[in-house]
Amino acid sequence: AFHNLQELRHSASLVTKVFVQRDYSEGTVCRFQTKFPSELDNRIERTLLEETVKTLNSYYVEAEKIGGQSYLEGCLACATAYIVFLCMETRYEKVLKKISGYIKEQNEKIYAPRGLLLTDPTDRGMRVTITNDLAQRTSSKSQGQPTTGHILVDTTLFVKAS
Amino acid sequence: MSAVMITRKVRKWEKLPGKNTFCCDGRVMMARQKGVFYLTLFLIVGTCSLFFAFECPYLAVHLSPAIPVFAALLFLFVIAMLLRTSFSDPGVLPRALPEEATFIEMEIEAANGNVPAGQRPPPRIRNVQINNQIVKLKYCYTCKIFRPPRASHCSICDNCVDRFDHHCPWVGNCVGKRNYRYFYMFTLSLSLLTIYIFTFDIVHVVMRSVDNGFLNTLKETPGTVLEVLVCFFTLWSVVGLTGFHTYLISLNQTTNEDIKGSWSGKNRVQNPYSHKNIFKNCCEVLCGPAFPSVLDRRGLMQEDSPASSTSAAPSSSSSSNPMSQTMKTTAPLIPNEHTPDDAKPSIAASAEKSDSPKEEDPPTPQVPPLASPETEADASLAKDKAQ
Repeated sequence: AFHNLQELRHSASLVTKVFVQRDYSEGTVCRFQTKFPSELDNRIERTLLEETVKTLNSYYVEAEKIGGQSYLEGCLACATAYIVFLCMETRYEKVLKKISGYIKEQNEKIYAPRGLLLTDPTDRGMRVTITNDLAQRTSSKSQGQPTTGHILVDTTLFVKAS
Repeated sequence: MSAVMITRKVRKWEKLPGKNTFCCDGRVMMARQKGVFYLTLFLIVGTCSLFFAFECPYLAVHLSPAIPVFAALLFLFVIAMLLRTSFSDPGVLPRALPEEATFIEMEIEAANGNVPAGQRPPPRIRNVQINNQIVKLKYCYTCKIFRPPRASHCSICDNCVDRFDHHCPWVGNCVGKRNYRYFYMFTLSLSLLTIYIFTFDIVHVVMRSVDNGFLNTLKETPGTVLEVLVCFFTLWSVVGLTGFHTYLISLNQTTNEDIKGSWSGKNRVQNPYSHKNIFKNCCEVLCGPAFPSVLDRRGLMQEDSPASSTSAAPSSSSSSNPMSQTMKTTAPLIPNEHTPDDAKPSIAASAEKSDSPKEEDPPTPQVPPLASPETEADASLAKDKAQ
């Protein structure tokens, strides 16, 4: 089974990972570009991806918002020598949980049916990736003629497959 | 050919590149050189112990019992802040995995166009506009990413750190986005503790000398001399450092930016991150959100290792196989700059090493895995793992 998978990988002539870049125009806050990657032209509608990225951006804005609640959290934590952080979940962590739930839902509803997989930015140092879901591709492509070209093999997926 | 393979679950921190040491199964993260950190701990604990032993009994009786109590609280706060600063992830940015590195390389190639032979390619810089200022993002050759604004690569820890301030040997760690406020609280509280101990040492000596005479006092409480000495030298350094960082915080600058003069001078860009309001800057730096770590240190991952180095281990060699294919097309592009401690990218490294014998393009599906290049890859993989 391994070697079949390997052959199929060799035959894939498409980039298997697309990266959505960070948008630093607002400073160091976590924000992603809504620019549509051309590699996904035939895979997904522009508006859907844009919507996902915009929602993610709004989640991060909420997490990093500096206002009354963050001051309270900061001052209270400082008064306890930040020991309270060992037992309590910070606001940022709460929002990250919401984000991973949202990404899971988006993958189930929108991306998996199109053979794509959106990764959580936290897994990649706040860098978003959209992967070609290998399971879908292996079912459609069997013993095709291998072609040369830029072949990017996803080692993490490989590890999971084994 | 049968092969026995051991698949074991390892924590991700065991495979992280960079020169950090991890303790408590990945919960604690520090730099490699910890000697000065132990010195810091020793000085603080030692001096405070002397204070509690010599001064406090006298002062509690003759002045107020609140004095040792407050000293104890302050001491605990200082230690808590020190350990928080030293043990936490300063905001390390994970390195780009091979696909991402290749993707970025391709983008750079596309942007540069055709560079005539013999000419140096242009420097890898991306310009972004932040707050109406043009900020240059530099490419990190070690981590293979374009550093986010305010991030910098620490050569001691060999990591890119977000909002990198400086590497502090006294705390045995980098100071960055995630632990800067703990570092500042540490210097602030240590300044207060030092001033407190120094003051009450003097008070104690004066009070006791009135009764017993100066020399007798020193004989009765020899620890006082040591404490005053340590406090005197600490005062100048730590209080000065606290003042310096207070200045930086009010301007929302990092030590790194200050040293490099990033925002100083007329012709240079003005600090785009400053709110132009001291209060707002302080609030953002000290009371901003607590950023979680993006380094998954305690996550589990599979590690496949061949049972014996001579037999062909399918997984390790087949994982190096496609890697070498990738590396073949991109090897001339990616500068081969990697630290010797690279564990995960060692697969790529071994694939790069076995690059030359793999000149024959293996496009046809080869079910019995390629015999000779495989053992080469295998041997170099085993060699890398042994490092």
